Amino acid sequence: MADVATIKIIVDGQEIAVPGEYTLLQACEAAGAQIPRFCYHERLSVAGNCRMCLVEVKGAPKAVASCSQQVKDQRPGPNGEPAEVITNSEKVKASRKGVMEFLLINHPLDCPICDQGGECDLQDQSLVYGGEHSRFGEGKRAVEVKYMGPLIKTAMTRCIQCTRCVRFATEVAGVPELGAIGRGEDMEITTYLEAALTSELSGNVVDLCPVGALTSRPYAFNARPWELKKTESIDVMDALGSNIRVDARGTEVLRVEPRVNDDVNEEWLSDKGRHACDGLRRQRLDKPYLRKNGKLEAITWPEALAVFADKLRGDPSKIGLITGDLNDAESQKAAFDLCEVLKIENRDCRQDGAAISTDAGRAGYLFNSTISGIEMADALLIIGSNPRLEAPVLNARIRKSYLAGALKSIALVGESADLTYPYEYLGEQTKILEELSKGKTDFFKKFAEAKYPMIIVGMGALIGDVGSKILKLIGEIGLRAKIVRDDWNGWNILHSAASRVAGLDIGLIPTKNGLNTKQMLAPEALDVLILLGADEIAAPSTAFKIYIGSHGDRGAHDADLILPSPAYTEKNGIYVNLEGRVQYAYAAVEAKGEAKEEWAIFRAVSQELGKPLPYDNLQELREKLKADSPSFAATAGEIAPSAALDLRHIGETGAAVNATIGGVIIDYYLTNPIARASETMAKCSASRLGVVPENMAAE
Amino acid sequence: MSLKQALKGATLFDFMGAFVLGMKVYFRRKPTVNYPFEKGPLSPRFRGEHALRRYPNGEERCIACKLCEAICPAQAITIEAEPRDDGSRRTTRYDIDMTKCIYCGLCQEACPVDAIVEGPNFEYATETREELFYDKEHLLSNGDRWEREIAKNLELDGKYR
Repeated sequence: MADVATIKIIVDGQEIAVPGEYTLLQACEAAGAQIPRFCYHERLSVAGNCRMCLVEVKGAPKAVASCSQQVKDQRPGPNGEPAEVITNSEKVKASRKGVMEFLLINHPLDCPICDQGGECDLQDQSLVYGGEHSRFGEGKRAVEVKYMGPLIKTAMTRCIQCTRCVRFATEVAGVPELGAIGRGEDMEITTYLEAALTSELSGNVVDLCPVGALTSRPYAFNARPWELKKTESIDVMDALGSNIRVDARGTEVLRVEPRVNDDVNEEWLSDKGRHACDGLRRQRLDKPYLRKNGKLEAITWPEALAVFADKLRGDPSKIGLITGDLNDAESQKAAFDLCEVLKIENRDCRQDGAAISTDAGRAGYLFNSTISGIEMADALLIIGSNPRLEAPVLNARIRKSYLAGALKSIALVGESADLTYPYEYLGEQTKILEELSKGKTDFFKKFAEAKYPMIIVGMGALIGDVGSKILKLIGEIGLRAKIVRDDWNGWNILHSAASRVAGLDIGLIPTKNGLNTKQMLAPEALDVLILLGADEIAAPSTAFKIYIGSHGDRGAHDADLILPSPAYTEKNGIYVNLEGRVQYAYAAVEAKGEAKEEWAIFRAVSQELGKPLPYDNLQELREKLKADSPSFAATAGEIAPSAALDLRHIGETGAAVNATIGGVIIDYYLTNPIARASETMAKCSASRLGVVPENMAAE
Repeated sequence: MSLKQALKGATLFDFMGAFVLGMKVYFRRKPTVNYPFEKGPLSPRFRGEHALRRYPNGEERCIACKLCEAICPAQAITIEAEPRDDGSRRTTRYDIDMTKCIYCGLCQEACPVDAIVEGPNFEYATETREELFYDKEHLLSNGDRWEREIAKNLELDGKYR
């Protein structure tokens, strides 16, 4: 914040200069003083109702709540010296002790049965700032349990009315369904209608709750924080690549929590990323299977690899490979290398058949403005996408930018939906795109005048038969509005799969003579079809199907040979998010049963065929990956710079199209094999469809 | 030989001393008890075999807070929990490996509801090692069997806590 005037302030005798709009709390933190707080949160508006952050300001008659006063509002001393804040005086300590005593008056002492125990702000802070005993002998307040959906378990007696959850639902999630009723001691946080929150980000209120009032229902009573092994990983449920922490005990993943990364997910995580982890325990493929006389029978790995190799000995033009949505870069690289070695030209990483190609270079299929760049954009055109379902955390970013006043005009072409912010709906026919590309409509004027215009293209626009022509049209809109400049690139593809960008970086698309997904799935097109975790397709019955994946889903049901592989929490892997950010995930638990990592399967079968792939371990594979595709050589968490984008090379010219742009996601909670195996996701899906809630748990 | 020595010998002084001591011990109360028919006294704080207690209405006390598991220095306790059908927090598994246990008593100190206790029983030797891997059922039955003694001991010791 170089352009903001800094103001000097003295904190505990130490003078520092901070931006004027910093709150006193932020200034104290900048000076290294610790301020306890319950209601204050960096990413939410200031409420100032817990009073825990009291500090002494010289000249002020009473202690002040440091979260709700700004540095620029402080009065300087009589001789113009900077305002002085004291955070460790006896007065401050006494005030905090008093506040803590009041907070604990109505808080039940049920820590032993509370899931927040061990990671509770109130527990920790009462240890440091609280007194040693209570002077309150009267009866405590009790509040009824509220129903907030299948993800959130409530015990509202524990609530300290910090209203963080209310502010989150209203501001970040954009679903003003949580609120407080009553006053004073009778204040209650409620959904008013005892209904589930209709947000894809609802799980975050559990993280925000400083006490155990809102806890995770699927994780209820499962474990204590000190028992869990924490591993840093990357979410694969959407293409955002949210940074996550996988908490596991023994061989089971018990929960997934977000990690803070301001460039990607801030500190939020979508409900699917957070709660689909119980799907990792069900429907798992644990050993190789081969279909004999129409029935799948377990076989050993050497047998399975022999069958696999045997099938690959045939005519390479009759062999195809389709990769799925959840793969890491390494498995796709090994699959690609195997195709190269065996001269298999039919390969595709786009199982949805989207018309994204590498023709226009890397920038042609990335989210070039970057996720944090959304906060800079002032006009946004969304085409064929519902970001709320395809990338809920990204949608929260758009809403944040809208609320901050930066994003002034938003328009949508495609299926209309509640995106949590107002937008101009332009229709779902491609003719509106033609009009836009010719510079017509009011919205285009605003869009072309914008300083930082952004186009977000979703898969909904690209998966149809005329996808590449639609892409061309959108490219023309971009050209006319000059969205690509030296200092700004407003061309953004919103991918719906975590593996897609890595697949395109590696080059997992058909060669000139090769078949793409749609052609491969035609009957009689292929003799052998390798499905690397591809479950969202209907494989033809004529081909011998080899499924490599972790879950017994659609792909495995139809398969003739099943080779089990670990899920994303069970292997070290590289994931590239939609911005092209290279991120590393680490194995949290052991793979189930006899599952083998995908790259090892391809390496083993290449050995069997006498044409071994040139790596024997993950390290060597990664080195080859970085050598072949330089974008992978970027530092972890960084985006490799890509060549300048020329929108003229985007898409494919052709006759005028007349099509309808639809959506891709039908049920947000059931988009991939892990989510479909998850009981929690099934409950969420049912709850969203209006099925009567399950029995509420009574304490 | 001095006069003193001669006198001591003539009066059988050493013999008399030893005889008196012998008689003293002979008439003293015997410290040995006729175990197992007789047993020595036990402190109310005696830390013997573990037991899981119940409330008078038959409900198990343990709420699966896992504090005993956390504090156990020998890591002898294993707990798994999930919501019971009525929604309350209960263990689905409560195992103590009695071969690991060092009988330090920290588990009963940590327990907020006096569920896990070390009772007065010390006679639970087994013929196999496996029999010393106690599960929840075994611990609860210990609790039912020893409840009267355990409750008395807790009451006696309560005022010193």
